[in-house]
Amino acid sequence: MAKHYGRGIAAVNYPTGMNLGGDPTQALIFCQPTGGFSVKLASTDLGQGLKTVIAQIAAETLGVPFDSVIVDTGDTDSAPHCMGTFASRATHRVGNAVIMAANEARKALMDVAADEMEAAPEDLVLENGEIYVKGAPERKTNVFNVALAAHFKYGKTISGRGIYLKQKSSLDPETGACDPDSTEAHATTVAEVEVDDETGEVKVLRLASAYEVGRQINPEMVKGQIVSGAVMGMSHALMETVFPYYPALDHHTYSFGEYIIPTALDIPEIESVVLEYPSSNGPYGVKGVGEMTANSPIPAIVNAIYDAVGVWVTDLPVTPEKVLRALEEKSLETH
Amino acid sequence: MGVKQLGIVGQSVKRRDGIGHVTGQTQYVDDVFYPGMLWLKMVRSPISRGIIHRIDTSKAEAFPGVVAVVTAKDVPNNWYTILCLIGVEPNDEPVLAHEEVMYMGEPICAIVAETEAIAAEAAGLVKLDIEELPPVLDMEFAISPDAPAIKKWGNNTFMYDGYNHRKLRFGDFEKAIQQADHVIEGDYSLSPIEHAPIETHCCVVKPEPDGRLTVHSNTQALYFTMDNTAIILQVPSQRLHMIGGTVGGGFGGKVDVITEPITCIAAMKTGRPVKWRWTREEEMRKSSTRAGVKMHYTDGVMNDGRIIARKVRSLEDAGAYHRHSPYGVQKHMANLPGPYTIPNVWVDAYCVYTNRQPSSAMRGFGVTEATFAVECQMERIARTIGIDSWEIRLINAYRNGQMRPVQKVVEDATLIETIQAAAELIGYELPAHLKAMSSDDYAGNGGHHG
Repeated sequence: MAKHYGRGIAAVNYPTGMNLGGDPTQALIFCQPTGGFSVKLASTDLGQGLKTVIAQIAAETLGVPFDSVIVDTGDTDSAPHCMGTFASRATHRVGNAVIMAANEARKALMDVAADEMEAAPEDLVLENGEIYVKGAPERKTNVFNVALAAHFKYGKTISGRGIYLKQKSSLDPETGACDPDSTEAHATTVAEVEVDDETGEVKVLRLASAYEVGRQINPEMVKGQIVSGAVMGMSHALMETVFPYYPALDHHTYSFGEYIIPTALDIPEIESVVLEYPSSNGPYGVKGVGEMTANSPIPAIVNAIYDAVGVWVTDLPVTPEKVLRALEEKSLETH
Repeated sequence: MGVKQLGIVGQSVKRRDGIGHVTGQTQYVDDVFYPGMLWLKMVRSPISRGIIHRIDTSKAEAFPGVVAVVTAKDVPNNWYTILCLIGVEPNDEPVLAHEEVMYMGEPICAIVAETEAIAAEAAGLVKLDIEELPPVLDMEFAISPDAPAIKKWGNNTFMYDGYNHRKLRFGDFEKAIQQADHVIEGDYSLSPIEHAPIETHCCVVKPEPDGRLTVHSNTQALYFTMDNTAIILQVPSQRLHMIGGTVGGGFGGKVDVITEPITCIAAMKTGRPVKWRWTREEEMRKSSTRAGVKMHYTDGVMNDGRIIARKVRSLEDAGAYHRHSPYGVQKHMANLPGPYTIPNVWVDAYCVYTNRQPSSAMRGFGVTEATFAVECQMERIARTIGIDSWEIRLINAYRNGQMRPVQKVVEDATLIETIQAAAELIGYELPAHLKAMSSDDYAGNGGHHG
């Protein structure tokens, strides 16, 4: 009776956006009298940080300080259509719509600034809320003054409309030929496990991953997805089922008393590196990282178990009972 | 990496709602209260399959504090399917069951009362006369000729353009498998799992004096939910004002449009605000799960590790109704070959109906399952023919410019680069010929990353 160490790897892809496309999202942006910009979205933040990354994308495109951008989500009376938050689509779709809206608003802002400064719009530079004439930085104003002038002197709107749509692909029913995705993100995870051949228990020691997600808008939040996804994937691999004897209905779970998910003591060492190869159609090169982080740990762990004790347990979750039964079967075969 | 530096994009600014979340100050749907608000509890099927003969709500209606009972008769358009908005048909799910029940926990009627406790107690007073039928629980049985057809169209699979499965056909599998040095097979399966969000489903509806309904929802998709709800209520979408946008965990579990239509009907029937919040048991036992999936792989592999043929048969357990499963199976089909260049591919992916709580969207559904199977199968191939685990993936990894089985040219590929980076991260020294590989080394490609 002993504990066996094993290492397994898994390399995965993940598509960005609703399968086959046809999933639009819109954004509206307007400028307040004192230079604040409100981004109006009917999108949903599930806790992944959409509101924050969208404010970053809007601030970057508008050329204004991050703190002057307000992101208002979640009201169908005040914001245009969004298909929803799913399919690793939100940062990609909403981000693209916001860039389009921000470019329109920025142009309106710069037209007013040009009138105010008696300069051609193309000669003006806008950086972090400050506006000056190219080559003559002493001729300057700022978004605060231009916004006031637009409202109360010129009677002009500073606003923008944006939409992003990947048009829906057809699917050939005979061959399955289709254009399913906008882009693909990638990852490789290495799992290290310890398998107890007496109890069948699998302890994950380490999950080390390399992710490639296009461009990171907010690296700490990407890391947050990778770490939390690793735990969710580990849990899927080893612990979770609502029907422990699926397809039978017996012992259907009803609370976290029987439906066990990991807690702090179960968390292995989690490491990651992130590569950036910007996509051609994402906002600033984004690819979706939302869902995939829970995927790569699963086969990496199953492969590590094989490496440790030489049995394939490929019916999830890999419970101690299944490991012991597989070990038993293996010992019968070899004796 | 040679990526152009930007300003605020690329900075790890603090998330704006983080302090609110961790200090309990963020407002979620269950924090919404209105004066005079009523509470809703659902009466559900106690069995997996049966014919409804009678629903007797008289005792519940007479119970002190009960204001209304909502049954199928109160639902203007009772038969629906949420993906009708992207063309999925036919409508196969009742908002409230009235002819038959298809899974344990299926909604039958709603009790609306002055308090949540009264609603729960009165729900226990509804008498159900349901004739039990043997349930179909196993997918292999469901698609066998011996199984009773539980769906109205006469079988137990979703019909895709006249076929009972989605097909992927690329190259010539049958010919290629004959030429392979090794034929390697594997079975992979997953059990249904729960989304387990911290926030359970919750909906609050307030009838407004102007005749509109304000709907507080924790849906992941406000407009999708609004338009589906309007179809069920048979009202213009403009009568609904959806408010949400902050959700305590979704993972795909909050796109089924289950709480909003019934809560709206209860508010319209009583003229008062109504709240319906789910218990953890309802979240786990009644809401959609991730589908159970069974996949069988048959791969043709050459002695040098190249995979020349791959055939996959996959069954995905939709449970009793479509929900998002017909869509999920299509996504699954496209991902079953994996991120590898395999010239001959044959996939049959089935969306199968059984008498269990419906499965639906869940984080990565269709892809998660395929990825699990593909990567275990890659390892099985490596171990069977005696090739290194890193090498088997690197030599087969798709390259930019190559053709995927869905007949889309590979672009934005970086599988090889992540494999190399992962090896480096754990301090594993790849041999020089593997280190030299790149996603742009396919001769037919002009060099995507420059």
